[in-house]
Amino acid sequence: MTTIVVVGASLAGTQAAQAMRRAGFDGRLVMVGAEPHYPYDRPPLSKSYLVDAEVDEERLRLRPTVDPDVLAADWRLGRRAVALDDQRSVVELDDGEQLGYDGLVIATGARPRRLPMADPPTDGVFELRTLDDARALRAALAAGPTRVAVCGAGFIGAEVAASARERGLEVTLVDAADAPLDRVLDTEAGLAVADLHRDHGVDVRLGVGVADIDRSGPRVDGMVLSDGSIVAAEVVVVGIGVVPNTEWLSSSTLTIDDGIVADETCLAAPGIVVAGDVARWPNPRFGGRSMRVEQWDNAIDMGGYAGRRLLAALDGGRVEPFEPTPWFWSDQYDRKIQLAGVVGERREVVQGSVAERRFVQIYGDGTGRLTGALCWNRPRQAIMARQLVTDGETMDAARTKLA
Amino acid sequence: MKVVVDFDLCESNAVCMAIAPEVFEVRDDDFLYVLNEHPGPELHDKVREAVERCPKQAISVVE
Ligand SMILES: Cc1cc2nc3c(=O)[nH]c(=O)nc-3n(C[C@H](O)[C@H](O)[C@H](O)COP(=O)(O)OP(=O)(O)OC[C@H]3O[C@@H](n4cnc5c(N)ncnc54)[C@H](O)[C@@H]3O)c2cc1C
Ligand code: SF4
Repeated sequence: MTTIVVVGASLAGTQAAQAMRRAGFDGRLVMVGAEPHYPYDRPPLSKSYLVDAEVDEERLRLRPTVDPDVLAADWRLGRRAVALDDQRSVVELDDGEQLGYDGLVIATGARPRRLPMADPPTDGVFELRTLDDARALRAALAAGPTRVAVCGAGFIGAEVAASARERGLEVTLVDAADAPLDRVLDTEAGLAVADLHRDHGVDVRLGVGVADIDRSGPRVDGMVLSDGSIVAAEVVVVGIGVVPNTEWLSSSTLTIDDGIVADETCLAAPGIVVAGDVARWPNPRFGGRSMRVEQWDNAIDMGGYAGRRLLAALDGGRVEPFEPTPWFWSDQYDRKIQLAGVVGERREVVQGSVAERRFVQIYGDGTGRLTGALCWNRPRQAIMARQLVTDGETMDAARTKLA
Repeated sequence: MKVVVDFDLCESNAVCMAIAPEVFEVRDDDFLYVLNEHPGPELHDKVREAVERCPKQAISVVE
């Protein structure tokens, strides 16, 4: 019987498993996940889960695993893959078990990057990736602190800041860059995010790094910034990006370069596909640009694709390349911020205005081809824009259609 | 197949509309409308995809 092993039992891995079962795969399926939990959804963890003590953890469960029998998988939860021998087709787990496979899906995702002076984060310093992280942070926020300091104004940091404000806590948000979200948005759009937070009472400090964690006793007193100032806080949250989980592959022949490098069909080696936050591949839709996308929808899309891709590899079928137009959302206060595609060197607001915080801003490359659109409280346009990017439309066409 | 949307969860991001415009529509008022609660068999695959891709897990189907 054919055995497929999925390492990383979260969004991308679950989606791959489901896609393979749907496509008729009736062999043995083994799901290996380092966390003790059945797969769950991460986006609520920085949003409703932190604000509302009533959010039921059962609701976070990913749909296909609410009934674990649906996938008819052999679950190895709370177990970590520690090595891959891709010549012999064997995955080794932390308890010594050797899992042989005919096909392998790698979806080990990413983990938070840490500050050297808070590695691991303890005693009042938090990071946020897992349900266990979220439980700990929510408990700390509920324990009656008055001040929260957030290091890093990426999506996680910005959402945690918003959630802490919604709980009525004093919040300072610090980022070394000149604008929040500088890795994904243009500076002006990032500054609009800073203004949004300031209007909600967050003390936003930009262009200044965190030099140290301030602690006199066992508990944290706050953060020391690179300009020498001190931000006092009982709770410190670090959200400075993520690192792909690839260390366990060091003895394999796979190519690792800030993620596992795959071809344009998500194949990293014969019989091995990759998906989700851990995967890097050349996206033909953007001229073969090497991408590693840390977004929910991509994990779903790529997971499903990778599952079908693996079945095709096993029975010699052919597949089209994986060429999605990425799309993500972030909820902060009452704003839904969505980016379809990617930012480009040209940009133009085609509907609404940044000042009223309800707008559509399109991006294009030097030739005027549409590369993406940023939408604030314009959900429908975000999805339309995504299609326009996929269709290879120009900025001119997008201006008319999205206005 | 009957399509059910939990409007307390739905955030009108129109992901479902992109997949199955015959069934889901987000209008200018930013609310989602289910155009067809009992889509025919030719739409079932699309609706199932919408169930999977809804980021809020707001859509369910009763077979
Ligand atoms: C708090 C939070 C909020 C978010 N909000 C949004 C949002 O609003 N919009 C958006 O688009 N995206 C959001 N994201 C991003 C989105 O959740 C991720 O892109 C998605 O989870 C990626 O899925 P994945 O399956 O690739 O990886 P992950 O979800 O990281 O899962 C990887 C799994 O593999 C396991 N693993 C790792 N190494 C091993 C090993 N060696 N052996 C076995 N198992 C292993 C891990 O424990 C983990 O469970 C958010 C993420 C977080 C953390
Ligand atoms: S995809 Fe889900 S959240 Fe989005 S509009 Fe449809 S039902 Fe609502």
